[in-house]
Amino acid sequence: MTRTRASGRTVGGLRTLSLQAPAVTLLLLWMVVPLGMTIWFSFQYYNLLMPGMSGFAGAENYEYLLTDPALWKAMGNTLLLVGWVLAITVGGGILLAVLFQQEFAGRGIARVLAISPFFVMPTVSALVWKNMMMHPSNGVLAWLANTLGLPAMDWFSTLPLTSIVIIVAWQWLPFALLILLTAMQSLDEDQVEAARMDGAGPIAIFFFITLPHLKRAISVVIMIEMIFLLTIFAEIFVTTSGGPGLATTNLAYLIYMRALLDFDVGIASAGGVMAIILANIVAIFLVRMVARNLEE
Amino acid sequence: MTTRHINAAPPALRSQQARQLLLTLVGWAVALTIFFPILWMVLTGFKTETAAIADPSFIFSPTLESYQAVNARSGYARFALNSVAVAFGSTFLALLIAIPCAYAMAFLPTRRTKGTLLWMLSTKMLPPVGVLVPIYLIFRDVGLLDTRTGLILIYTLMNLPIVVWMLYTFFKDMPRDILEAGRMDGASTFQEVFYLLLPLTMPGIASTGLLSVILSWNEAFWSLNLTTSKAAPLTAYIASFSSPEGLFWAKLSAASTMAIAPILVLGWMTQKQMVRGLTFGAVK
Repeated sequence: MTRTRASGRTVGGLRTLSLQAPAVTLLLLWMVVPLGMTIWFSFQYYNLLMPGMSGFAGAENYEYLLTDPALWKAMGNTLLLVGWVLAITVGGGILLAVLFQQEFAGRGIARVLAISPFFVMPTVSALVWKNMMMHPSNGVLAWLANTLGLPAMDWFSTLPLTSIVIIVAWQWLPFALLILLTAMQSLDEDQVEAARMDGAGPIAIFFFITLPHLKRAISVVIMIEMIFLLTIFAEIFVTTSGGPGLATTNLAYLIYMRALLDFDVGIASAGGVMAIILANIVAIFLVRMVARNLEE
Repeated sequence: MTTRHINAAPPALRSQQARQLLLTLVGWAVALTIFFPILWMVLTGFKTETAAIADPSFIFSPTLESYQAVNARSGYARFALNSVAVAFGSTFLALLIAIPCAYAMAFLPTRRTKGTLLWMLSTKMLPPVGVLVPIYLIFRDVGLLDTRTGLILIYTLMNLPIVVWMLYTFFKDMPRDILEAGRMDGASTFQEVFYLLLPLTMPGIASTGLLSVILSWNEAFWSLNLTTSKAAPLTAYIASFSSPEGLFWAKLSAASTMAIAPILVLGWMTQKQMVRGLTFGAVK
């Protein structure tokens, strides 16, 4: 015991190293090998359908990609999707967290119901929405529109991207709610009570106490959602396959099309590199924030 | 919470009650609206195909025919088995690799520990689509495409950072005196881990495992791209209902209900720990 203490740095260091080695090695391989390959392929002519063509392509794959109108359409769709889903889930999540923080009969069960969509696998939520909710003639929304005397809408052909936004927001709103509700529980009730005694109304309390308290949780929600939303795939895959035209093609789906439908490894890899760069811009902020938290 | 009522003057009592009633109504209306698609799916699973596409109705005579059809015709059990094997296989592997690592980080920290933790977190930021091509090609070349082993491998790596992080936070919360006392009594590292640490942190390890199971069960990028039929888990099986000729709502609903029910229950049970894992301890 004392011996370990005295030479704690080296003995402990060695033991720490060997215990961590499997996890660290695996993650290092998982990160470095595919990443290295993606970067390497992105500078190569490499199409699985044209085995004869190979060699160094320089920046040609990037050039092709950057001048492809499909890329800009996909980038735009990616940003629209991320932006709208974030606005709906964060805004809605804050309101719902305030609502479900209030005491009412059966609150526990109501909360559980409201967070449930987050645990539904993406392919199920996408198909349930596409068929049972948004179907132009037999869907619940069409029935609702008819009952109210409105024309039923063919969601996926009139508002394709909006439909995807609705589905994805439905999945992620519960996530925002879950995180914000947890953060809300550490709100100092005495502080709220003191503010109320001083004559602050519910709206003032919300803006000057609740919202500042939730600031950090909100930014965590935004960043984590961004990382997942930037590469939404399954929901598009099972509902619209990126269409009509390119209306619902995001960056992830474009890369998938280039890679596994056109078999153009070089161009798909160049797209992959761009997706990685995009995600990393977000990631830097998230990692920094978690790091600050680790200090405490 | 209760202090709020003390200040309410007697005349305000009635408005207090009205507010309570309104709150209950709004709360439940919102919760049921959000939950509605799931509820509707469960109900549709008990309808006949004709009733499923008829005008929406809560009143119908329930039947199990869709469940029977899904089980008999499409071999639902095979896909479910793939999901179970992949989710639990990858979770077991991830825990096996992560426990020693988290133990070292929590109890034998060095100057590099914090950096390692953050680096692990950063591997999670790599968008899967960015490495789709190399992973697909490697899997094709070594024969891992459409195998459970391949998916288990991917999911283990995918969840490893979260599992390490969660275990680390649970281990850190454990009082160190107990381990010290064990060591004083002459326990080896092995005994210390197996007889003290693991039993004492079992609830934390269990909820970490559950989170990993949930994430693997619901994962739908790799499963759609790396499996075709043999190793396809439920996410991929449900996706096969998206083709126009496979449009049977009652069967889709029955299959979906079976696919999400176990995970929904697990999710309800582990919501709190879920927050910890999904936010890397940034929100407690």
